Amino acid sequence: MSNEPHAAFTLSEGLKREIDAVMDAHDHDATQIVGILLDVQDAIEQQYVPEPVAFYIAETLPVKVSIIYDCLTFYSALSDKPRAKYPVQVCRSVVCKVNESDSLLSTLKKLLNIDVGEVTYDGRFTLEEVPCFGACDKAPAVRINGQVYGPLDRPEKVQALLAEFM
Amino acid sequence: MSSEVRFITKNFGKYDPMSIDSYLSIGGFSALKRAVTMDGEDIASLVGRAKVKGRGGAAYDMGRKWSQARAVKGDHKLQICNADEGEPCTFKDREIIKNDPFNLIEGMIIGGYTVKAQDGYLYMREEYRHLRPLLQNAIRQAEERGFLGDNILGVEGFNYHIHLYSGAGAYVCGEGTALIRSSEGKAGRPRMKPPFIKVSGAFALPTCVNNVESFAIVPHLLLDDAGFYMSYGGGESVGTKLVSVGGNVRNPGVFEIPFGTTVREIIYGLAQGIPSGHALRLIQFGGASGKITDGRILDVPYTYDDLKKAGVTVGSGAILVIDARTSVLDFLRMNQAFFSHESCGQCTPCREGNLHQKLLLEKLARGEATSEDVAMMKKIGKIMSLSSLCGLGETAQSALLSAMEVFPDTFAVGGAK
Repeated sequence: MSNEPHAAFTLSEGLKREIDAVMDAHDHDATQIVGILLDVQDAIEQQYVPEPVAFYIAETLPVKVSIIYDCLTFYSALSDKPRAKYPVQVCRSVVCKVNESDSLLSTLKKLLNIDVGEVTYDGRFTLEEVPCFGACDKAPAVRINGQVYGPLDRPEKVQALLAEFM
Repeated sequence: MSSEVRFITKNFGKYDPMSIDSYLSIGGFSALKRAVTMDGEDIASLVGRAKVKGRGGAAYDMGRKWSQARAVKGDHKLQICNADEGEPCTFKDREIIKNDPFNLIEGMIIGGYTVKAQDGYLYMREEYRHLRPLLQNAIRQAEERGFLGDNILGVEGFNYHIHLYSGAGAYVCGEGTALIRSSEGKAGRPRMKPPFIKVSGAFALPTCVNNVESFAIVPHLLLDDAGFYMSYGGGESVGTKLVSVGGNVRNPGVFEIPFGTTVREIIYGLAQGIPSGHALRLIQFGGASGKITDGRILDVPYTYDDLKKAGVTVGSGAILVIDARTSVLDFLRMNQAFFSHESCGQCTPCREGNLHQKLLLEKLARGEATSEDVAMMKKIGKIMSLSSLCGLGETAQSALLSAMEVFPDTFAVGGAK
């Protein structure tokens, strides 16, 4: 991990084609901007929507760039800041909390050697606290790029899960 | 003896949710075929006779809603399926989408026929994005077979299309007007009513919004010649209901229960009780916006009326069980953290109220609160419920206000120091 500013993001031709495909899949329908941004975010390694990408979508969809930024900053599943290849989202709802999600979070912090909001040195993991994602029958649970994992009630299970992403 | 029934969930595990042929082989779309031989008003009154109440949480009479939506004038009308169940401990709609996506689609098409809507928007929370392929597939296959599109089943002028929309992690988007803003491609901030959604909803068109479970009941109800559904429950609570039980229970999950099952049967029977002999502290009904109570509720039958008499509501169908390891105050602080995070910040009572309730709860936890602080919490709670812009702020303090009634000891502090 470094404190240097992130290198400017360059929008490659390959990524442009991927973004075009996402917009095609949504019929170039500006009312589907939230779904488009989610899919584009998925296509970017650090799971966020960089500024050049936001402007590219604004120009080609087209939609006002202010609407894009209103959405990026309003919806917690969207980010305009770099995250990581695998954002580990820990449920902080009451249901997971009474099922020891505090120990789950401290195990994750220890194993990854990062705090919530930080990124591992290799850019692979970040830790995020999120509200209930409806996996209360698997509490305590985490979510990584859309997939739910749980119940993670023992440190060995957490370790085994992280190993899957190494 | 506690037992589950299978009515809304009768198709679960009976067919391959990725295959329309598999769905057709168990009688899929027979309800739609019957529906198009009926008058829409008769479908609405059938739903009304079964006393189906909105299963998202508001419990509005669904038959009446459909009848009203049908009566609204407009050349282009819309329907929305609210699959944004964001109340903590609520995951019943997830089970319907996962196990029976075609039935949900069929329910929406029947709804479109009933209220004369041409377009249906299926708005699903981002947290369920792993289920998107199931719905995309179901919609595509239904289009290919002519169950969606123009002149469905050869009925002239019966045109209906389903559009799948995604939320992006905002609890407030479960609220009708916020959901509509979101599906218009904007940030999901709620707006004032009127105009009411049924008259001016998405894209300023007449819109009828129903929950996943509400839609899912309809195809089964249309084919229920034997009156199986009506044989359960009684009074205002007829039929069956999906409940999602979580927290400190051995067997958390979604169960379909007949109305009238006692809370004890649900928690200690179906969910198999609290692990390793801990005592029950409290139960919250209907999600984070729901009220709480203690063990006094255990022998109350789970119906709209009985729960109301006991001071709680059905709400989203969630039942959160908390054992004695968590104090009432700690529970309330966790619940408050949720609303402090999810308030959209647009209206003052909700934005400021949630902030100050959080600070006052912290003060109470530190042992520094006075009786004046407690009175202030009660006052803020009431003001929020009376003057917030949308349902989020109106219900954010339900748990706290009910806790003040049920657990007065938690708030028994001295006067000003």
